Amino acid sequence: MSLLGKLTLHAIPHDPITLGGALAMVFGALAVIALLTYFKRWKWLWREWLTTVDPKKIGVMYILTALIMLLRGVGDAVMMRTQQATSVGAAHGILDANHFQQVFTAHGSIMIFFVAMGLMFGLINLIVPLQIGARDVAFPFLNATSFWLYIAGALLMNLSLVIGEMGATGWLAYPPLSELAYSPGVGVDYWIWSLQIAGVGSLLSGVNFFVTILKMRAPGMTLMKMPMFVWSVLNAMVLVIFAFPILTATLGMLFLDRSLGMHFFTSTFGGNPMMYVNLIWAWGHPEVYILILPAFGVFSEVVSAFSHKRLFGYKSMVIALAAITFLSFTVWLHHFFTMGAGADVNAFFGIMTMAIAIPTGVKIFNWIFTMYRGRVEFKTPMLWFLGFVVTFTIGGAAGVLMAVPPADFQLHNSLFLVAHFHTMIIGGVVFGYFAGITYWFPKIFGFRLNERLGKYAFWCWLVGFCLAFVPLYILGLMGATRRLDHYDPSMGWQGLFIVAAVGVGVICLGIAFQLLQFGVSIWKRHENLDVTGDPWDGRTLEWSTTSPPPEYNFAVIPAASERDAFWDTKQKRAHGGEPTPVYKDIVVPKNTPIGLLIAGSSFLAGFGFIWHIVWLAPLGILGVLACIVVRLADDDTEYTIPAEELKQLELSRKQPA
Amino acid sequence: MSKHKTARPAPSLAAAPADAAQILSANQTIATTEQTLHDKTTFGFWVYLMTDCVLFAALFATFAVLRNNTFGGPSGRELFDMPFVLAETLILLTSSFTCGLAMLAAHRQNKRLVLALFGITFLLGIAFLTLELTEFTHLVHEGNSWQRSGFLSAFFTLVGTHGAHITAGLLWMLVLLPRVWKRGVTYMTMRRLTLLSLFWHFLDIIWIFIFTIVYLMGVTS
Repeated sequence: MSLLGKLTLHAIPHDPITLGGALAMVFGALAVIALLTYFKRWKWLWREWLTTVDPKKIGVMYILTALIMLLRGVGDAVMMRTQQATSVGAAHGILDANHFQQVFTAHGSIMIFFVAMGLMFGLINLIVPLQIGARDVAFPFLNATSFWLYIAGALLMNLSLVIGEMGATGWLAYPPLSELAYSPGVGVDYWIWSLQIAGVGSLLSGVNFFVTILKMRAPGMTLMKMPMFVWSVLNAMVLVIFAFPILTATLGMLFLDRSLGMHFFTSTFGGNPMMYVNLIWAWGHPEVYILILPAFGVFSEVVSAFSHKRLFGYKSMVIALAAITFLSFTVWLHHFFTMGAGADVNAFFGIMTMAIAIPTGVKIFNWIFTMYRGRVEFKTPMLWFLGFVVTFTIGGAAGVLMAVPPADFQLHNSLFLVAHFHTMIIGGVVFGYFAGITYWFPKIFGFRLNERLGKYAFWCWLVGFCLAFVPLYILGLMGATRRLDHYDPSMGWQGLFIVAAVGVGVICLGIAFQLLQFGVSIWKRHENLDVTGDPWDGRTLEWSTTSPPPEYNFAVIPAASERDAFWDTKQKRAHGGEPTPVYKDIVVPKNTPIGLLIAGSSFLAGFGFIWHIVWLAPLGILGVLACIVVRLADDDTEYTIPAEELKQLELSRKQPA
Repeated sequence: MSKHKTARPAPSLAAAPADAAQILSANQTIATTEQTLHDKTTFGFWVYLMTDCVLFAALFATFAVLRNNTFGGPSGRELFDMPFVLAETLILLTSSFTCGLAMLAAHRQNKRLVLALFGITFLLGIAFLTLELTEFTHLVHEGNSWQRSGFLSAFFTLVGTHGAHITAGLLWMLVLLPRVWKRGVTYMTMRRLTLLSLFWHFLDIIWIFIFTIVYLMGVTS
């Protein structure tokens, strides 16, 4: 055993496409380092961002990382579409089979774990404390640690491109393919540790926000007065708490199989590969609801704000969320009806899957009824919502179709399935979080995003999405299976694959417009300043503080006596003067680098496990333990802003410079 | 949630703004007073324990699926030495009892008794861990390691994960008890002792399930 385990110079990529990607990433990182040094921003970065425990800043960093990972995930998508549009008959496209497999594995893992989860936790960090009238989350230090664990996972995922390889197993790494016998390289280990580290971060965030919502709401905000986004997050966090430990256990067992020669999922020595498939989907199906529920919450806020009406059917919305949360644990087997569990089992899971469409349908109708007779403003977030209604309903209907086991036997692993879940994830999750980012952007940064470019981006995304995925539904019905790197021209598929490739091009145009939108909006921010703190005439408490909010969110904790508490306050305010605020001392957590250090140690431990570097892995674990001990020994983790200073701060903040 | 009991319907601001402001401020809860911190931390730790419970549930389910997959190797009936396991069980149960007594002493601010009883808990934990590792080495030396069969992989992982938790608990005691010794039973150390005892009792409950499902059902089936 050498000092570096399995790590040698062969780990550096040799084929031109991977090498290009790796070089682009390395030079990107070097450029960022150079810029920081040139503008002397290291201290600022350390003080304001790397050591922060402020959920608003953490939220911004989540979303920024998720958008960068989105670019990588889309790059993978472009490669796959190019391959499938060109690799016919004698032509073999741009990728060999192994590389193609790594690309679709990376695409799925990145999009779910580092884009969708990142956007979700980003928005939750930004908005949940503000919406419940709290100054912080329940455990600010733990929250920072969760974020940095997510970053450590993302770094490992990206590092696999530069040193070594990604798994060639698909995004859920089914055994026995993912076992050592069939995947001897480090790709699957990269996949395991990237997801394991990020997954533990998500689990801790789940606990944190669950406690935050249950314990830290403003006085008067009973459960049934919470904004719908908070309800949706509460339900999603319940799912995180129940589902993510299963992922931790399952990834752990797969790693024990691969590293210590255990036999959980091997095809011999009494292992059971289908048990892995059951376990991973017992996490995986709730996971897709973890992603979509907060997006439902965003839409509830957006529709009600831009229709200038109360949300229709609040109670039925809450019941629907709870029903989806419960049912999401009773449907996992529909991912593998073909396992052969028998007619009774398949019938049960088929019926439960169809049943989950009912509460989802209730929500769709409630949103539409909210618009009915409202004064609807077609701002960009509202467009994302309308696009969502169309795509999500189509995708949902396709899902109900596949919930019928006999139909699923035909459609299993076909491109019809691929089209279905992309309709749900793009049309539901991604559109939802884009709506949320546009809607809450002025709250966080103090200026609105450019409307015109936002609309261009939306239309490119919608048209591109239809062009990219409607052909996949048809191809699936024509018998095209997923993950094909090559096919025969006689199948007659190429035309549709070319249309799909064009669709991805149009989506890329949409992303370009979004990047331009960020650039132009920052450049011309003085034209779109939000000086009131309430740019959309909002209804919930986050709009009652300034944009951007101070570090402590609210100088005086607001009271919430009604649903749509801020709307209520505004109505009452119209009839009388504002009460004079009574300031009190505020206790604020101090910045700390320990979260960053814990994640850094986890990253090293993960790297050690991946490459079997026998000294690095235990060193990393020791580092984590040492950080925890140091943190626990520190009694000086908070400071107080005295009431008088707070008053001065508030006066100076409210007077424009 | 006591703060909701104190919440009143917001008074009409139009009627008496000054009065309203007073009532609003009376309802304020300062986010980080010690009491609410205590509530949040204990509640949060309970929620964490439930996630750990789900983790063990996944391992138990795996064990249940694989328990008969011995692949021609020995089954639990041939491997398990029940008097030995019973001794392990009694030691762990006693450690939970002394941990409980230590918390009673902590509530009475009796620092020396707290340290003595947690000291006994610690030693019992070490004894338990030693016995468990003895059992593991014994199995491996006889050629029945985790590589032998799916059943043994599941056995070592489930019981070993519990053992890893016990190790974490012992490390926690090593860090926390010197602080109690130095500072006494303060608000801060009391909170951490409470969490530690929750953790320790939780591991005891998990062990009851391991004793029943892995060992008792293993030798009787």
